[in-house]
Amino acid sequence: MNTAPTEIRPTARSVAADDGVLWAVRDTLAMTWRNLTTIRRVPQLLVFAIIQPTIFVLMFRYVFGGSITIPGINYVDYLMPGIFVQTCAFGAINTAVGLAEDKGKGLLERLRSLPMSRSAVLGGRVLADTTRNVFVVLLMLAIGYAVGFRTHTNAIMVLLGVGLLVLFGFALSWIFALIGLSVTNGEAAQAAAFPLLAPLVFASNAFVDPSKMPGWLRGWARHQPVSAAADAVRACMLGGPTATKVLTAMAWSFGISLVIAPIAVRRYHHA
Amino acid sequence: MVNGVPSSITSTSSITAEGLVKHFADVHAVNGVSLDVPTGTVLGLLGPNGAGKTTVVRILTTTLHPDAGRAVVAGHDVVASPQAVRRSIGLAGQYAAVDENLTGRENLTLVGRLSHLTKSVAARRAVELLDQFHLSDAGNRPARTYSGGMRRRLDLAAALVTHPPVLLLDEPTAGLDPASRQDLWEVIGNLVADGTTVLLTTQYLEEADRLADRIVVIDKGLVVAEGTAAELKSRLGETTLALGFADVESATLAAVRLADFNAVRPATAETTVRLPLRGGARVVRDVLNRLADAGIEVGRLDLHEPTLDDVFLSLTGTP
Repeated sequence: MNTAPTEIRPTARSVAADDGVLWAVRDTLAMTWRNLTTIRRVPQLLVFAIIQPTIFVLMFRYVFGGSITIPGINYVDYLMPGIFVQTCAFGAINTAVGLAEDKGKGLLERLRSLPMSRSAVLGGRVLADTTRNVFVVLLMLAIGYAVGFRTHTNAIMVLLGVGLLVLFGFALSWIFALIGLSVTNGEAAQAAAFPLLAPLVFASNAFVDPSKMPGWLRGWARHQPVSAAADAVRACMLGGPTATKVLTAMAWSFGISLVIAPIAVRRYHHA
Repeated sequence: MVNGVPSSITSTSSITAEGLVKHFADVHAVNGVSLDVPTGTVLGLLGPNGAGKTTVVRILTTTLHPDAGRAVVAGHDVVASPQAVRRSIGLAGQYAAVDENLTGRENLTLVGRLSHLTKSVAARRAVELLDQFHLSDAGNRPARTYSGGMRRRLDLAAALVTHPPVLLLDEPTAGLDPASRQDLWEVIGNLVADGTTVLLTTQYLEEADRLADRIVVIDKGLVVAEGTAAELKSRLGETTLALGFADVESATLAAVRLADFNAVRPATAETTVRLPLRGGARVVRDVLNRLADAGIEVGRLDLHEPTLDDVFLSLTGTP
């Protein structure tokens, strides 16, 4: 050992600005790789990620589904886009749990003491969880297909729908990044997530038609991000007027990301 | 440091802090800590839980902004040029901050990449460090399969990826079994021999005694003492003579008889009398003669050299 120690300074190492955009991209990719490796090493997590939405599919398809009628549409076709959005929303909790665990284990402290880009830890986390969401959405599409869900548009529109789902998950990930930085461990992150997601996911048009909800709830259920995303995905996969719905869903996702991401990065900075 | 004049920041110090203040809602606050660590030396920052040790380390590693005061690490101000500081330091934390799902090798490569080493250099450093820390055989296993001691070694290795001239070790051996602790002490000892400047926080006096050139004791966010281990011990003063008696009455009687030797009266129900041993063996003889004249039988006799534990206890009132 110690035969010819690797010389670090000054040649092998960029002593120039560690803060450039190029470094930010490189650091973000390094962190994304790290987070995806974790997901790959613990594949059970991916399995658990689809168990919960699968139970919802079975419940709404076979238990409640018979009692729910949505005029002019096969209920399973109405249901599945809602399930996809729900899956992405709950998948975003991963961002909070992952960051909170890194924080609790002292890993964030080490990362913050490295000359790496300040936005890479959050960026890498959100990108990894977004990538994970792509897989989960594709798996859920397959499960939907198995229980009778059929798309009625073309492959490009379906892909656009998948893109909207992933974008929505991306946006929610930033919110959960903020939550993850504010709590002290994974369980706390999990606990903090549900009260936030429940009114978004369940008081929405994801599973039922809001027109039968009480008036005070109806307005919320029709005009909130989960409903906007579900509407847009339905339009992309089932047909009908699409442009406005897609634009509304995109506006929500970009809006949330643009507002929350800088706040989350600043929070990481000063946490 | 005698006072807070900034001129004390010289090129011969690798870590200098002046009047660091950081307040929190709860404990762990720092109320004006000044430190100076000459290049190539080891400073032991000693204090009980919640004394503010970690807060000081976090300010020095740029992860926490001080409310007041300033600190210069490896020639760079921690607030004005944090990235320059980060390029010069290695941090090994209180919790072994390794990613459990990555292998030892991947953990080290990741730190290298995030420290902006090239891919090949980061890979080579990982191999070297695994070898140096006796982790080569475990290098391709996820860190979650490591023992506590192995994780600490990996954590320390991660702090050394870029050969940083300044190393901050926050309770590097907390929670380790004695064998692993010895093992880690040896590793840290070797680093110091290589000229690395080290600031080490610890609750273990033995650790500070063994590794540190100088010791700063902090309590409730304030420096309460500083000096070498020997200086701190001599501050507490003398060797103590402890005399054990058969019963409380003889002990009390003996304490009265030995009053002019500055004997400390035993607490109720105590059968031991302690007195400072000023003047060596002659005093022992005088004491024993005095007791023999008074017809008091001495059951047990102990000489107690001051330890850093005593210093610590007397300074902080916390064991």
